[in-house]
Order: sequence, then structure tokens, then C-alpha cells
Amino acid sequence: MRNFLADKVVELAPSGIRKFFDIVSEMPDAISLGVGEPDFDTPWHVREEGIYSLKKGRTFYTSNSGLMPLREEIGRYLKRRIHTGYDPSKEVLITVGGSEAIDLALRAMLNPGDEVLIPEPSYVSYLPCALLADGKPVVIELQEKNQFKLTREELLAAITPKTKVLILPFPNNPTGAVMDREELLALTDVLIEKDVFVLSDEIYSELSYHGEHTSIASLPGMRERTLVINGFSKAYAMTGWRLGYAAGPAFLIEQMTKIHQYTIMCAPTNSQYAAIEAMKNGDRDIEEMRESYDQRRRYLLRRFEEMGLPCFEPHGAFYCFPNIKRFGMTSEEFANRFLKEEKVAVVPGTAFGGSGEGFLRVSYAYSLDSLREALDRLERFVKRLDQEQQA
Amino acid sequence: MREKILTILEKNARITARDLAILLGETEEAVSAEIAAMEKEKVIGGYHTLINWDKTGTDKVTALIEVKVTPQRGMGFDSIAGQIYNYPEVQAVYLMSGAFDFTVILEGKTMREVAQFVADKLSPMEAVLSTSTHFVLKKYKDHGTVLAEEAKDERMLVMP
Repeated sequence: MRNFLADKVVELAPSGIRKFFDIVSEMPDAISLGVGEPDFDTPWHVREEGIYSLKKGRTFYTSNSGLMPLREEIGRYLKRRIHTGYDPSKEVLITVGGSEAIDLALRAMLNPGDEVLIPEPSYVSYLPCALLADGKPVVIELQEKNQFKLTREELLAAITPKTKVLILPFPNNPTGAVMDREELLALTDVLIEKDVFVLSDEIYSELSYHGEHTSIASLPGMRERTLVINGFSKAYAMTGWRLGYAAGPAFLIEQMTKIHQYTIMCAPTNSQYAAIEAMKNGDRDIEEMRESYDQRRRYLLRRFEEMGLPCFEPHGAFYCFPNIKRFGMTSEEFANRFLKEEKVAVVPGTAFGGSGEGFLRVSYAYSLDSLREALDRLERFVKRLDQEQQA
Repeated sequence: MREKILTILEKNARITARDLAILLGETEEAVSAEIAAMEKEKVIGGYHTLINWDKTGTDKVTALIEVKVTPQRGMGFDSIAGQIYNYPEVQAVYLMSGAFDFTVILEGKTMREVAQFVADKLSPMEAVLSTSTHFVLKKYKDHGTVLAEEAKDERMLVMP
């Protein structure tokens, strides 16, 4: 039998997190600080709306772009939250999670060899999606000393004549870094001058703890060269509903819609109805969840401080990214040993790119009691490592 | 800060001032002072335990009684309410809008005990016109907490 598989898929490295997941799943009594989704249930009024849509028999396809009332709500939401207007009929596309939007955008934009700038550490799917779209990923290794924000210098150094797209993943998974208005403004003239398009993955936008989230699309000259990617998973605790969206210039949305039409048809209908309710009446839910995450964020930072684990202050998402370099282990060694000895799962920073070496991703999407237990174990573990090193 | 302290305490009265201070990014002294002030002002009325008595061997009956009254000269709703709520078996008294005046929540050991309270104490009160007693058959949720369910984290342990 000949090889029936495509080289570019076979050559794709499996997600680093997968390996770790396999180890964890063999330890049924392990507790975890490793999840990447909210611990809240979807607010009941939103679930009710989803259930109601099923009861009403709304079990058909929607238009490829998604329900018009939902696109209109998204238009209003973006106006209200990022102060940028989008035409719901031509500039908004409903997708199966933010992840589909990333894939569609890269496939719609890249010709073979086009370069995509990917700041790392970051979410695991940018690089594989760029490769699958025949693009050439160019990694920018973000620095702890810059609080894992993308600087103008780093951007300039990475741009070549072949650079077409910059992925801008803030608030960031796994670091929790946020880029504020000034820091984004430092990039925009470079992007305009070098004629680079931005995929701004703002899935964690509602989880910003130091003032309002700024989208690069709202800055002068950027709307026409930015695709805003967002969704319902993080803001409304709706991960399993698989619903996201992209908003951007019509020329791109039109081509993305074509791919979406041929591969997906449309996003799940009942999720779309539930999402309308979320957008209309969910602002208070967001507020309450944000306050709760913010409290736990402070709790984690304090505990790290007390156990002498250096960690810059993350301003967004629900992750902390402590530095473990002083123990002389790789992230993976640390995570494996911690799991084995204390039965707590944390994700090695390297799962999110090489520049995550020496760091751990610790999620705080857990109840305070669970966090306390896990952090007590971490403290014990860190003390033991310190004693070993002194001996 | 008050509202945030209260929101947390309402769900977890046992949290320490130290933890509260960490969660809210305040000093422990400031949080303690604020709590003390709220206790003094009776903003915080007490710290109670939410007990699911159904899960114990203790017999308990809860009744919700609708009470109609006629306020009399020199004796407004407040003083009638006082007459009712001073009985220790009365758990709650609310003045209501609508078809009746007070909701009285009563706890007793048996239905007979509750019935006796209504017959001997509540109904004979001069201001009381009529009562209607409803017994609670099952408590599903109390004080914002679902009593039956055990919450289980069904998320995958590790996800990007």
C-alpha cells in the first residue's frame, strides 16, 4: 500500500500539551490547574434560550454567515466594547469557535511562502494553521522582561518583504499579558508602513483586569487592515457551544465565508440562538465572572510571592505564568515531577512555544478552595526543591 | 469595597479577613475595620450556617403562612410584625404587597406543632383576620444554594 497521507499533515508536530494530557489522564486522582476554559457554567438564561430554540424546532441550517439578528448584536457589541463599527451584512461572520476563524483567515490570505508573524508563547493553533495554509510561520519570541508584550523593535526585526500577516494574541493565553492602547499604538505605524495585516485574537477581551480592553482595530488606520476574532467561549463561559466570530473588512470576510460555506455550512443553530441572548442580556454575567477571576488572580499572585516564585503581574485572561528557572529544571521536567509527587497538573510553558521554557502556565479558572489546595501542594513542592538545591 | 466584601461573605461567611484582603487587593486592617463597622451598623446581621436538615436524623417541618391582618389604631404593621416575630420558632416575617399582608416562615418539629402555633398563638391575635398555612415538602434551593446537587468538575484536566 502506498502512503495515503499528506506530507504536510504528517510532518505537523502534535500539540505539546497532548503528551502531557496523556500522562495526566492516567492519574485519576490528580487535581489540575491546567484547564483552558472557565469553571462557570453558561449562565442559565443563555442555556434556557438554547433549549427553547430546540423545543421550537429551530433545528435547521442558518445562512452561511450566521443568523442576521446575531450578527447585528455582534455589530452593536463591537461598537459598544471596542468602539468600532462593522456592517453585519458584509463584515461579520459567525464561526465554529474563534479557532475556525483563525483557520479561515489564514487560508483566505496566504499564498505559498507568505510569512505569518506569530508571537510566542501563545495559543497552540496559529502555527499549524499557518502551515496547513502553506504559509511560512515566523515566530517572535516574546520576552519576560517586556512582560511578554510585543514591542516595536521585535516587530521591526521580524518583518521581511514577504511578511503578510501578524497574529496579535492579547489578552494572551498562556501568559496573561495584555497590550494597552499606548503599547499597540507603538506598532501601528510600522504595520501600516510595511503593509502588514493583523489577525487580532481577542477571545479573552472581556477578561481584562486593568481598565478597558483596547482592540488594535480601533486605532487610526487599522480598521481596514485588521480582522478581529472573538467568541463566546471565554466571556460567557460557552466553550462547549463552539461559537465564535470574525469581524473585519468585507474583502476578507467574503473570501472566508466561501471557505466556511464549503467546509462548515454554518455554525450550530441552537448555539447561535443562545448567543443572541448572551449578547443582549449577558453584560452582568461578564461583570460578575470578571470580578471573580480578578479576585483569584490576586490570590495566586500573593501565593507565588509568598513561596518565592517570581511571576510578572498578568492583566488578562485567567492564567499566571510563573518563572521556575531557579530550580534548574526544564518546564517539562518541573511539571512532570510536580504531577508525580504532588498530583497536580500544570502545563509546561513550552507547550506554547520555545520561549515558554522556564515557565509554567497556571490557570485560575477554579474555585478558591481548589486553588488553595493546589497551591498548598505547590508551596510544599517548591520548598522541597529549595532544600534539595541547598543540600 | 463594602459591596465586594458582602458579596463574598454572603457565599462564604467563614473566609478569613486575610484571604478577603488578598482577593480584594486591600490591606487586612482595612477589611477588618470595614467588617467591624458593618457589624456595628447591622449591615451584617449575623453569620449563619446553611443546613440541609433533610440529610440529618432530626425531624423538622417548615411552613409558610400567609397572614391577613387589620392594622389598628396606634398599631401599624411594624408592631403586629413584632408580635409575631418575637416567637423563637418564627424564622422569618416579611410584609408583602398583594393579596395578604405577611409571610411568616415557621419551623417546628412536627406538623402538629406548627398547627398548634397557628391555632393557639397566631390566629387569636387581635389584628389577625385570617391565616393560610402551606407546608414545605422539599427544599431544592435555599439562600442561593442548590441543596441536592453535588457539583462535579467535568472539564478535561489539561487543555490548551
